[in-house]
Amino acid sequence: MSTLTSRNKTIALLCAISCLNLSAFALAGDTKDAGTSKQNTIEIKDFAFNPQTIIIRSGEKITWTNRDEEPHTIVSVEKQFKKSSALDTDQTFTITAGAPGTYTYFCSVHPKMTGTIIVVKS
Amino acid sequence: MSDYISHDHEHDGIDRRGFLHCMAWAGTGLLWTVSGGVLASKTLAQIAKAGEPLPATDLSFLQISDSHIGFNKDANKDVTATFKIALDRINAMPTPPSFLIHTGDITQLSKPEEFDTFDEVLKSCRTKDVFYVPGEHDVLNDGGKLYRERYLKRVEAKGSGWYSFNKNGVHFIGLVNVLDLQAGGLGQLGDEQLEWLEADVKDLGTSTPIVVFAHIPLWAVYPQWGWGTSDSERALGYLKRFGSVTVLNGHIHQVLQKVEGNVTFHTAMSTAFPQPAPGTAPSPGPLKVPAEKLRSLLGLTSVQYKQGKTALAVVDSNLS
Repeated sequence: MSTLTSRNKTIALLCAISCLNLSAFALAGDTKDAGTSKQNTIEIKDFAFNPQTIIIRSGEKITWTNRDEEPHTIVSVEKQFKKSSALDTDQTFTITAGAPGTYTYFCSVHPKMTGTIIVVKS
Repeated sequence: MSDYISHDHEHDGIDRRGFLHCMAWAGTGLLWTVSGGVLASKTLAQIAKAGEPLPATDLSFLQISDSHIGFNKDANKDVTATFKIALDRINAMPTPPSFLIHTGDITQLSKPEEFDTFDEVLKSCRTKDVFYVPGEHDVLNDGGKLYRERYLKRVEAKGSGWYSFNKNGVHFIGLVNVLDLQAGGLGQLGDEQLEWLEADVKDLGTSTPIVVFAHIPLWAVYPQWGWGTSDSERALGYLKRFGSVTVLNGHIHQVLQKVEGNVTFHTAMSTAFPQPAPGTAPSPGPLKVPAEKLRSLLGLTSVQYKQGKTALAVVDSNLS
């Protein structure tokens, strides 16, 4: 068994931190057993997330749908979940909620657009 | 519509009605000139007649903006065609501009094929020298990597793509304010770029005319819609000592201007689609207008510098 060098230890630590951060949410499709089939939807319209705040249970999915003619993105303020690519009109983005907590996000193209996800225990 | 100010709530000499009237006039008049803060109208024909060769010390360039190649919604289903019309107008100018600047949103979705289309259409332009700054639509998924690979070959760009150059004694500064935007915020230049800017102009004489161009306005046009840049005051602070500063922006797809001391702020029309005047719609975004009106709300901006004159002349022309 090889010994971890200092550099490898650092890389391993960063990977672990990264996994912890991203474990709060998982992209839909990453896991077959999502725990529930309930769907929560957020519509993007007139440069706003509607509803702006959503309360969901761990394991539930959230789907954003862009109804504007402008591209929008969904980006976690604290980098707690993977960001979406730019969504064109009628395109969607889905994630599955993980650990309970409050998660804020915004559109990196139009940063005035912000939203909050509150995850409670299932 | 009357011309007098009926509600001067802010004591700034303009009310909402007056503002909208001014916007309507700018949109339909084809043209207006700003020189030293004095507003004067001109027709495109007058500009064409004045198209004698410029003295070698003078400079003429054109600003095009917000071509949004790839957009195909109701506000304009053929943005490539209207971009071509803009280039035709440039080619028809009796005195060709020395160069073009494109103030961002070349594409709608940063797709390689959209950049390809833009490049292909641009080949028809007689003026070959083009300087770019990115719009947020050009840096959507890769932080601007593709944009930088394509459009910064002829400049010595720093950081995420800012640079400066000199032409005929005028100092041009291309800034990037569409990257690393913060939640709830506006456009942003960032510390690294601002430090570069301070150093870039440090040794210039105060009589050097300065032209700054960036995508998002460097003045608070309408922060509620994100139409402003959070740290632009710091940038403008470095430019205060200069006798003539012209700031050219895009992003809002309409002509607005403000003169503040020696600084003239100006935003350009798009070649793709108009957007609503600030606060006149639930949100910004593509504005659908009757087909016969569309080209009157699209356009380009001509800028002329005459040596010895303090301010640069800025003239907007629509595509009607």
